[in-house]
Amino acid sequence: MRLVLTLTIAVGLLASPALAKTPYHDGTAEVIKPTDKRHPLSEIVSGYDFRKAMIRDVQDDDFANPAMLVVDYGEEQWNKVEGTAGKSIAQVFEGCAEVPLNTVGAVYPRYHKAGGKVMTLEQVINLCRETVMGAKPYKWESREMLGVTAFIKLQSRGSRMTVAVDGPAAKTFERGKELYYTRFGQLDMSCAHCHEDNYGNYIRADMLSQGQINGFPLYRLKWNGVGSVHRRFRGCLENIRASKPAYGDPDLVALELYTAWRGNGLKVETPAYRN
Amino acid sequence: MKHVLKMTNISRRQALGLLGVAGAAALVGMPAHADGAGVAAKLKSLTGGKPIGAGDITLDLPEIAENGNAVKVAFSIDSPMSADNYVKAVHVMADGNPTPEVATFNFTPAMGACSASTRMRLAKTQNIIVLAEMSDGSFKQAQQTVKVTIGGCGG
Amino acid sequence: MATIKPRVKVPKKAAVDEIIEIKALISHPMHTGRAKDKKGNKIPRKIINRFIASFDGQEVFVANFEPAISANPFIAFPFKATKSGEFKFTWVEDGGAEYTAANKMTVA
Repeated sequence: MRLVLTLTIAVGLLASPALAKTPYHDGTAEVIKPTDKRHPLSEIVSGYDFRKAMIRDVQDDDFANPAMLVVDYGEEQWNKVEGTAGKSIAQVFEGCAEVPLNTVGAVYPRYHKAGGKVMTLEQVINLCRETVMGAKPYKWESREMLGVTAFIKLQSRGSRMTVAVDGPAAKTFERGKELYYTRFGQLDMSCAHCHEDNYGNYIRADMLSQGQINGFPLYRLKWNGVGSVHRRFRGCLENIRASKPAYGDPDLVALELYTAWRGNGLKVETPAYRN
Repeated sequence: MKHVLKMTNISRRQALGLLGVAGAAALVGMPAHADGAGVAAKLKSLTGGKPIGAGDITLDLPEIAENGNAVKVAFSIDSPMSADNYVKAVHVMADGNPTPEVATFNFTPAMGACSASTRMRLAKTQNIIVLAEMSDGSFKQAQQTVKVTIGGCGG
Repeated sequence: MATIKPRVKVPKKAAVDEIIEIKALISHPMHTGRAKDKKGNKIPRKIINRFIASFDGQEVFVANFEPAISANPFIAFPFKATKSGEFKFTWVEDGGAEYTAANKMTVA
């Protein structure tokens, strides 16, 4: 009887429509009004504002945030001379990125002219390493890759996200949007079910956020470590019992572009600290 | 995604219910089966059975911790921290963890103030007990309950 | 586990008798000895069990950590600035390995 009651309450909590659309704490959250007419939401809020003070306080202090340890390591790699060209990433990256270094965090993923497709920061770093530095590529979820991407995006911290989704990026954008609303897996759920229809509501004892990615790579308490957007996407797919594409898969890149666009206007918070 | 397995087409309501079942035990406020005995024994061995006073200890702990992996634990103790009157050590204990000891902080007058902040792992909702050992051999304690919720999902 | 390099905040300058705050963070998984790996084998305990802060060679603060301390241990504590000098911070791991950091402070 108690199990049925609990089940009913749990389902009730999850199914209640837009019960608590405002972010969790005290009303001081920054709420962005989307400017793109295509945007499905009326308010854009960072995951930061869905968490309690205990978690927000850590992100606010670079000497308490363990993600900064990975950033420090990334900075070392950034300055390290590697590969046949005898250069460090620092010396060549701005050319590879095709945009000024302190804007990278705000504009990636983007259509990359040299690569001929929409690329994530990880992909551009490896393109740079292989074709310009003559160095070995990093594994997607390695400490080196996480450190370097976090260090680069940190240079844009505080800037507003402005990923471009038109022109040569349009096809990838449409694919990303399609994926966001497609039901997957045994639990037959889409990203939208949680992050569009139920942000502000609870799943178990966790308050659902809008699933924004303005803080990635970030430290998750669940991981006790830093992880990338693709790790997060794959984890979610695993939770709804769907099969997971590989890191860097074109579908994950499309989903990342689309999800980043949903957060346009939010400040880059890399490296964020989350639940 | 071409490799997605579309298996049993269960309804969304059923799916959310599945998640709800697993979450039944994770709702806030479930009474923890606290191991008061473990902490009591630990306190006795630290104080040698001496009486433990109260006062002067301010605890900074969240009422509800969204995640038990890294719960803030901080304290400050009002003390002159002079050579003849200072806090020697502060022991932090958690009565619902597999073992109660969390950390011990050893202070010296050179610090000028008695406080510390760190992050601890809490297995579940439980009481945090802070025992201060003074330079004159006396003891003080304070305690607070921290509710711990288990996260939702998201890989 | 990659490089274990700490991150420490100590003010470069302080006034005489000012109580400053020191923050220290180090990368470490803090294996409790209770968790199991993907194959089901217990991951043996390996934690940072002690943090020592010294000023000009004198130990001023020692924290003993148990497995209940979170991964990537963080500690913040006060210190009374009386003279210029150098801090040394030591993290001791189960098994005896030590990781250190040093910071100078000017007191005027």
